[in-house]
Amino acid sequence: MSQRTCLVVDDSTVVRKAARRIIEGFGFRVSEAKDGQEALDACRSALPEAVLLDWNMPVMDGITFLRAARAEFGPDQPRIVLCTTEAELSKILEALSAGAQEYVMKPFDADILRDKFTQAGLLEEAA
Amino acid sequence: MTPDSFNFLAGLVKARSGIVLTADKGYMLETRLGPMLRRESMQGLDALAQRLRAPRAEALAAEVVEALTTNESSFFRDGKPFEHLKKLLPKLAAARPPGQPIRVWSAACSSGQEAYSIAMTAAELGPALGGRKLDILGTDISREMLDRAQEGVFTQFEVQRGLPVTMLVKHFKQEGQRWRVAPELRAQVRWQFFNLMEDPRTLGRFDIIFCRNVLIYFDAPTKSRVLGSLAGMLAPDGVVYLGGAETVLGLTERLVPAPGERGVYEPARATAKAG
Ligand SMILES: C[S@@+](CC[C@H](N)C(=O)[O-])C[C@H]1O[C@@H](n2cnc3c(N)ncnc32)[C@H](O)[C@@H]1O
Ligand SMILES: [Mg+2]
Repeated sequence: MSQRTCLVVDDSTVVRKAARRIIEGFGFRVSEAKDGQEALDACRSALPEAVLLDWNMPVMDGITFLRAARAEFGPDQPRIVLCTTEAELSKILEALSAGAQEYVMKPFDADILRDKFTQAGLLEEAA
Repeated sequence: MTPDSFNFLAGLVKARSGIVLTADKGYMLETRLGPMLRRESMQGLDALAQRLRAPRAEALAAEVVEALTTNESSFFRDGKPFEHLKKLLPKLAAARPPGQPIRVWSAACSSGQEAYSIAMTAAELGPALGGRKLDILGTDISREMLDRAQEGVFTQFEVQRGLPVTMLVKHFKQEGQRWRVAPELRAQVRWQFFNLMEDPRTLGRFDIIFCRNVLIYFDAPTKSRVLGSLAGMLAPDGVVYLGGAETVLGLTERLVPAPGERGVYEPARATAKAG
């Protein structure tokens, strides 16, 4: 059985490392990208099952990546979970209408990521 | 703290709330009651025990009990019970006479996430309920939690536990860093102080009872007594939801597990007893 995959996209190394540790704990194989363009390139070479996506990044920001990914790979794959300091309702609505499955407002912890991955259909409800 | 003081405090808490403090909870007493001790300029837990033994200590005793409750909760906690509820509500709505609301009790509601999750589940069902109203009652022995539940304002952290983002944007209004439950949901819930050690029949009958993650703090005889009273308040086609670490087995024969479900219990019927 091949391992499930998640791409963590954030311009902060610290955030990527923290997210990686948590998501590996969920049983995913994690790769990293530091901006939307890198993420898009990574998706083109191998589409991950999940993307954890920062909003504010240099080169290409998260919302631009999200729209590009939806146009290129369709509405369901990969499952995309925003993970950003942007906590305004208008931003959340913007991300949802652009096709994000879930939305994490930073700061996050393992419990929040587990819940959000569950709601995005990436994890089973812990019984 | 002397063993005598510990036993006195533990006895008081158990008598007033059913909550059992085992001998290893001395540290928990220190941390939870510390702020109160400082405010009252009391030397320590021995001094507190002494004060509580004196007359007119009612308010202080209630405060001690409240400080020793554990109030952790989250929206749609454990998921499964709310999936079950989603299937159950339309059935109950169809079975009740027109105009009669479905009565739901969140016993030990803490900060209100459970009751609001029930209200959201009903709201999401929309037309499947045929316009049937829910009458949700949230009760607890923590006045602080009841106030919070009633206010219906949750932190960014709280709204990210268990709550899908689509429901957040639909049922909450953002207020700075916090999120306030929509008035339509709040209108379906009433909040009331109620101690599960008291006779609950005064609250009336219920179609659905959520009594989750509170029995874990009680001893077996107390659990039996509470479960027995819940069974007595339940509609014949109603259900009780218990927490993941709670059961009726060995505690009451008046409730039985719903076939094929976890954490869902129904009133025992004659056939179920025979089988
Ligand atoms: C861990 S919370 C459970 C909240 C919610 N039911 C859930 O499952 O998320 C336990 C709650 O039980 C309340 N509680 C403890 N003893 C009680 C009693 N004797 N009567 C009513 N509520 C009680 C506490 O105040 C606390 O808010
Ligand atoms: Mg960033």
